[in-house]
Amino acid sequence: MNVAPPPLLAVEDLRVSFATPTGPFHAVRGVSFTLGRERLGIVGESGSGKSLTGRAIMRLLPASAQLSARRLSFDGIDLLSASTKTLRGLRGARISLVMQDPKYSLNPVMTVGEQIAEAARIHGGVSKIEARLRALAMLEAVRIRDPERVFRLFPHEVSGGMGQRIMIAMMLVPEPDVLIADEPTSALDVTVQLQVLAILDDLVRQRGMGLLFISHDLELVASFCDRVLVMYAGRVMEELSARDLASARHPYTRGLLNSLPRLGDERAELPTLSRDPAWLEER
Amino acid sequence: MISVRDLAITFGSGPGAVHAVRGVSFDVADGESFGLVGESGSGKSTVLRALAGLNRLWTGSATLGETSARVQQPRLVQMVFQDPYASLHPRHTVDRALSEPLEIHRIGDANERVERALADVGLGPAFRFRYPNQLSGGQRQRVAIARALMLEPRVLLLDEPTSALDVSVQAEILNLLRRLRVERRLTMILVSHNLAVVAHMCDRLAVMNRGLVVEEMDVATLRRAEPREAYTRQLLTASKGYDREVASGIVTFD
Amino acid sequence: MSTWQDRLLTDTPRSRREARLGALYRSWLQFRSNRLALLGLAIVLLLIVVAAFAPWIATHHPNEQNLAQRLLAPGGAHWLGTDEFGRDVFSRIVYGARITLYIVALVAIIAAPIGLIVGTAAGYLGGWVDAVLMRITDVFLAFPSLILALAFVAALGPGIENAVIAIALTAWPPYARIARAETLTIRNADYIAAARLQGASTGRILSRHIMPLCLSSLTVRVTLDMAGIILTAAGLGFLGLGAQPPLAEWGAMVSSGRRYILDQWWVATIPGIAIFAVSLAFNLLGDGLRDVLDPRQKK
Ligand SMILES: Nc1ncnc2c1ncn2[C@@H]1O[C@H](COP(=O)(O)OP(=O)(O)OP(=O)(O)O)[C@@H](O)[C@H]1O
Ligand SMILES: Nc1ncnc2c1ncn2[C@@H]1O[C@H](COP(=O)(O)OP(=O)(O)OP(=O)(O)O)[C@@H](O)[C@H]1O
Ligand SMILES: [Mg+2]
Ligand SMILES: [Mg+2]
Repeated sequence: MNVAPPPLLAVEDLRVSFATPTGPFHAVRGVSFTLGRERLGIVGESGSGKSLTGRAIMRLLPASAQLSARRLSFDGIDLLSASTKTLRGLRGARISLVMQDPKYSLNPVMTVGEQIAEAARIHGGVSKIEARLRALAMLEAVRIRDPERVFRLFPHEVSGGMGQRIMIAMMLVPEPDVLIADEPTSALDVTVQLQVLAILDDLVRQRGMGLLFISHDLELVASFCDRVLVMYAGRVMEELSARDLASARHPYTRGLLNSLPRLGDERAELPTLSRDPAWLEER
Repeated sequence: MISVRDLAITFGSGPGAVHAVRGVSFDVADGESFGLVGESGSGKSTVLRALAGLNRLWTGSATLGETSARVQQPRLVQMVFQDPYASLHPRHTVDRALSEPLEIHRIGDANERVERALADVGLGPAFRFRYPNQLSGGQRQRVAIARALMLEPRVLLLDEPTSALDVSVQAEILNLLRRLRVERRLTMILVSHNLAVVAHMCDRLAVMNRGLVVEEMDVATLRRAEPREAYTRQLLTASKGYDREVASGIVTFD
Repeated sequence: MSTWQDRLLTDTPRSRREARLGALYRSWLQFRSNRLALLGLAIVLLLIVVAAFAPWIATHHPNEQNLAQRLLAPGGAHWLGTDEFGRDVFSRIVYGARITLYIVALVAIIAAPIGLIVGTAAGYLGGWVDAVLMRITDVFLAFPSLILALAFVAALGPGIENAVIAIALTAWPPYARIARAETLTIRNADYIAAARLQGASTGRILSRHIMPLCLSSLTVRVTLDMAGIILTAAGLGFLGLGAQPPLAEWGAMVSSGRRYILDQWWVATIPGIAIFAVSLAFNLLGDGLRDVLDPRQKK
């Protein structure tokens, strides 16, 4: 008998809402999934609640957000009832989040190298010099040319793609068990993107890391992930194996796929999504 | 319309200097749409910022119309930035963002112009007095495009205008840009990592690597996947999606 | 929900004014949820009302001496007792509110703009402008503010105007620091580049794009500093270098009452309580404002 290993991350009926002056706004409405030592993709249009789902797992929601879930556990630890101290021990060290907006998340008046080294120092408990070496090694691992130079740059001096890789380097330094990557490669050119994904891929295969990969690049997710969740308006519209994404049936997923420009065709006008109110209803 | 010859841009000096752009040349004809693709950090944004007059520390020559790009020409050239979350002032309403260029250049009938600009980018009057935090990423990018068009420039520089947007909004923005280009006979330079986007939007493109233009081609060649250089071939293979084999086979070109 | 609230909270304001009011109203809703900040605001508003209507609120003339009624305990015709010259303490506190408010407002009006201009110019222009302006700032910062204020007052001569100038001169450097730090984080933002692209002059970028963004953290800081300013002013008054007798200044009142502290406690204690309450109020208000205007700075 083959018993499936317990998932690293189990999410059941996750809900996030905001109290707005005009009444509550439900941004995430009953999302459920499990994450094992695999690559799970989340796709969906802007505002569908992808980032909030990721942040909810980290318990890093804005103060105005209300979180509820039937279950939210990481490696047997209940994240809902965990103390702030437990959470702080987990965050960064065992679960990491690569935020969507690299330049926004980096400290603009501190060099990027110092910021990575600081991450290494806090979580690895290593000396200053060692932290610096770890940071340089990490910059090299994410294919940054001339890491010594980039180490000394301030966030506004690095290109868009370098900023994203710096964020990834910072989050990988503590060697987490679960990495939540929120559009980690949207500003990377295709070759570097592939190389960075290969790093993540190896971590999943060799170290058994769980990867939650949030993206709106459907083709990339289809080729990179094992499974995919398609989100719309805070709900999971469908869950499918990544291989089958291109042949998805749901009209929403189809609409997203159709709106992609492709090298092969020469459509003058790209079709945009027409949304069906029925998708909003909770099943 | 745009002519760039041996453009070189260095940041810093001495041993720590970065040669971000090392002698780039290309021409863009009036009304043409030109793509710039290439590795991250290869200097694409730096070239655009120099053309926009935001960075004047360069050597070589770069002219827009008859004038050097060192002179800022707000009514000739405007730029749309990559990150719609960082390109609008957080405390200015859409109305303020769009009226600002009119105020600076003392252009009259601001009211009608702002209304028309919003309509042009497919935003209704309902959006006029919102703050950026009341807009989605795609809506912000539309405002940024509207702002760039307020002074009716003839050249529009676009630095990855859709890479932060989801695919359906990307389609809307690309459709919008194609329409505006025809209507206003705009000359455009579009930087993008997405070869399909470049193919969709441009007539010709240049491939950059490490501060140099590796090759220039027309879009038909790109579509047929018949580039001359190995670097470009690698770019094309990589754009087909993730493949562990391809990823380990990637070589660095210097 | 009534219609005016709907109008304010709408996502589709119909004019610039409505948009601004809407944003203000949202901030107010957020501010309102902080009880302590509301208390602070209430005390500050009370201070303003008392200062504005002092002649109607006071029961006596603040400087009217009546040696027959020296050092009367609180109660009767003198709610808070009388001081060593038989002056009504309550009325002096009421009139003292004017002086306190005057000092606080003047210092804010002088120090905040100087700090804002120096800091944003240094941060945005960089280079030698930055170096020169920041060295000057450092020199001012190197001295404790009360000592520096003392030195200025000693040079300018005692008196309330000179005290205000002295305090303002010592108060601006931290604001310059804050404004500069803030400016450094925004000067490379794309929206500043966009403004330059549209042909905006440096002055315009500074005043219309950068300063509004520094304003919120500065407002918070100034409000929090009000407490310190009041204490410095009171300290100068206490040392006899601020407001001169017979002006009813709270610090000076504490100072002159301290001789009777053991037997006639109210003469010194009541102005002390007033100083304490108003300083605390400004602090609470500043904390509340910080949560609304400058959420990143949250502790
Ligand atoms: N602090 C907040 N207050 C109120 N609403 C919020 C807040 N943060 C997010 N939201 C709303 O929650 C919804 C989901 O946001 P989320 O950031 O998860 O979207 P997303 O799927 O990551 O989109 P994108 O692809 O644009 O990053 C959006 O409608 C957004 O407006
Ligand atoms: N202000 C600056 N100071 C120092 N170096 C800089 C500065 N701006 C850019 N650079 C360097 O110039 C090089 C090119 O940057 P640029 O932003 O033009 O790249 P890019 O081609 O746009 O890359 P991406 O696709 O990742 O945005 C990078 O190595 C970057 O570190
Ligand atoms: Mg997101
Ligand atoms: Mg760039």
